[in-house]
Amino acid sequence: MLILKLLFRNAFRNKLRASLTILGITIAILAFGLLRTLISAWYAGVDASSATRLVTRNAVSIIFPLPHFYKDKIQQVNGVKTVSYGTWFGGVYGDERNFFANFAVEARSFLELYPEFIIPPDDKETFLRDQKGCVIGRKLAARFGWKIGDSITLKGTIFLGNCDFVVRGIYQGRDKDTDENQFFFHWNYLNEIQKKVLRSWADQVGYYIIGVARPELAGDVAVAIDQIFKNSLAETLTETEKAFQQGFVAMSGAIVTAIQIVSFVVIFIMMAVVANTMAMTTRERIGEYAILKTLGFGGGSIAILIFGESLVITIIGCLLGVAATFPATKIISSELGAYFPIFNIGRETLLLNLVAALTIAFVAAIIPTRRAIKISIADGLRRIG
Amino acid sequence: MAIPFAYNFRNLWTRRLTTILTVSGMALVVFVFASILMLADGLQKTLVETGSYDNVVSLRKGSNSEVVSGVSRQQASILETLPEIAIGPRGQRLLAKELVVLMALPKKGSDKPSNVVLRGIEENSFLLRPQVRLVEGRLPRMGSTEVIAGMNIVRRFKGIGVDETLCCGMRDWRIVGVFDAGNTGFSSEIWGDADQFMQAFRRSAYSSVIFKLRDSSEFQNVKSGIENDPRLTVEVKRETKYYADQSEIMAKFLRILGISLTIIFSIGAIIGAMITMYSAVANRTAEIGTLRALGYRRRDIMIAFLVESLLLGFLGGITGLFFASFMQLITISTMNFQTFSELAFRFSLNFDIIYMGMAFALIMGFVGGVFPAVRASRMIIVDALRAA
Repeated sequence: MLILKLLFRNAFRNKLRASLTILGITIAILAFGLLRTLISAWYAGVDASSATRLVTRNAVSIIFPLPHFYKDKIQQVNGVKTVSYGTWFGGVYGDERNFFANFAVEARSFLELYPEFIIPPDDKETFLRDQKGCVIGRKLAARFGWKIGDSITLKGTIFLGNCDFVVRGIYQGRDKDTDENQFFFHWNYLNEIQKKVLRSWADQVGYYIIGVARPELAGDVAVAIDQIFKNSLAETLTETEKAFQQGFVAMSGAIVTAIQIVSFVVIFIMMAVVANTMAMTTRERIGEYAILKTLGFGGGSIAILIFGESLVITIIGCLLGVAATFPATKIISSELGAYFPIFNIGRETLLLNLVAALTIAFVAAIIPTRRAIKISIADGLRRIG
Repeated sequence: MAIPFAYNFRNLWTRRLTTILTVSGMALVVFVFASILMLADGLQKTLVETGSYDNVVSLRKGSNSEVVSGVSRQQASILETLPEIAIGPRGQRLLAKELVVLMALPKKGSDKPSNVVLRGIEENSFLLRPQVRLVEGRLPRMGSTEVIAGMNIVRRFKGIGVDETLCCGMRDWRIVGVFDAGNTGFSSEIWGDADQFMQAFRRSAYSSVIFKLRDSSEFQNVKSGIENDPRLTVEVKRETKYYADQSEIMAKFLRILGISLTIIFSIGAIIGAMITMYSAVANRTAEIGTLRALGYRRRDIMIAFLVESLLLGFLGGITGLFFASFMQLITISTMNFQTFSELAFRFSLNFDIIYMGMAFALIMGFVGGVFPAVRASRMIIVDALRAA
């Protein structure tokens, strides 16, 4: 207990320096936490995917469609429970900056496969009955102030012309990591338009989503599906939803890696700052250490004093930083919600914060400690800061 | 009279460990700052250099990239009759009807698939893109299933090289050559005969029509002519503008990320400088008293400490930029959100970034040093002398 008191007294002997250092660590931990959260936001789609869902797409690349009749063939594969399909519509609401994801889906089977999208049963029925109906996420509805019954027009970027929709339902996410920024409407509606506008684009779907009976069947089912369409005009590639999402993340992997590296740079910057503080503290107190040595305390005790002081400063900074991360995340997620629908602080991030703080504390104390231990008593007593 | 510069320099030298630690903190901030700006700049430079000012790209109205665009054969033929198109060496019109599709190929190392642009070309495409140079093998024969691959694709993707084959669209495509288009987006593409690609991928329409203007100043006329023609549903852009637009979102994302990161990081480094300078002032109280007693004025003391702090910033800036300049050797490749395909680009350093990095470092030094300097200058001579 005494030693703890001594550590605190020592740490705050120079109040200005201690508070500046703590402020620095607070900011560094805040930045580190936010960057880590940003990275996990990138992986949000991967984490939210289910083990019982498979995604089938064109083997050449995702921009090529698959014929609509594949549905019946996929349905026949052993172990397949539900087959749904959809197309990335890529519509724009007014201006391109108002970006949000919008898909044309086979609604009934889609909602069956995605129980995490919760819609009140009445709204669900009206949506299923209305060809021009759409369901939107809670956050998306809040962003544009859309209510049930509103009409929305999206301008096609991939498909020609404008499409009109009526909001029939607003879904809520079941889990914390469910994306509430999406827009779904009936694939049939899009298909009917295509039949009139561009015959060759009709009866095509972007991807199939397949619900398997049991997760352990996923591998076999995927192989079986790809086998059916081998050597056809549109060969397929079937993978678990997780692998599919991971593929998207991997494509922008370089950026994620860069952010990861940068998040460690801030730790190095703070190491330099804290090491500096510790170097100065020990330099000023070298005489005291000499006195302690004269009294018979060994190098170990002095090391404990210095390491402990460094630890006290960093831990206080770390706690303040973590406390600040929560409100900061809230602000960012309301500002950038359109790009990162999921922006939650993970437990892993908090743990990493603590590890980072401990690392800073130890690394920063190494050189000053070595100096303090090595100096001979006579030199220490003679020297003036 | 000002306090000699050597005084500041030797002060920093005496407290080497502190100086090194402070400078390295600042250097890291400048390094991150410069690197991210270099990345955004490199991306933009690559895409801007991809286009030629005299070339015009026509895409379907409303589509913002070639990947989602479609121009029917009929409309392409109408465009071909425009009188403003330049005439090539053999008397042909310098116009190419191209098809762009994406193909997922496994990357070297990670084996993860990434989207590569497959561009269906015509013979004129080479005349329209003088940057493209063959470095190995030969050009593909038109009307055959031969393709050539860009340098960055050969380097980064598995199974790409002369005499390798790609299998897609139920055909085997033989790679007969490798081309280098320098620091442009074309180096990240694979080229083959447009008509063969259209057959294989069951496309009935081209993605874009590119042509060269006989006179660059006629662009506005051509644009309004095309966009008012009721037979056409295309819009036209200069090629430079088209590619610049494609880098917009990504470059903006990188810049915002870079600037907000550096601002946060710089607070850390400023605090580091402040700690150093405050302790420099505290340790040298007696010295300051002596200097004042010798007749140096308050202003001189303040300037001396500011200079010392600026010197720290300067050293940090130089070190940071020195290491950042090595980043130019690195080529990075990532998916461009706007085209959905892989693009390789380099970190590029220019004088703007150097000035900005240096200015940033000096600002950090200044902000870190100004309060301690003011404190030093306010000391009362007698108290300061007594402190020793």
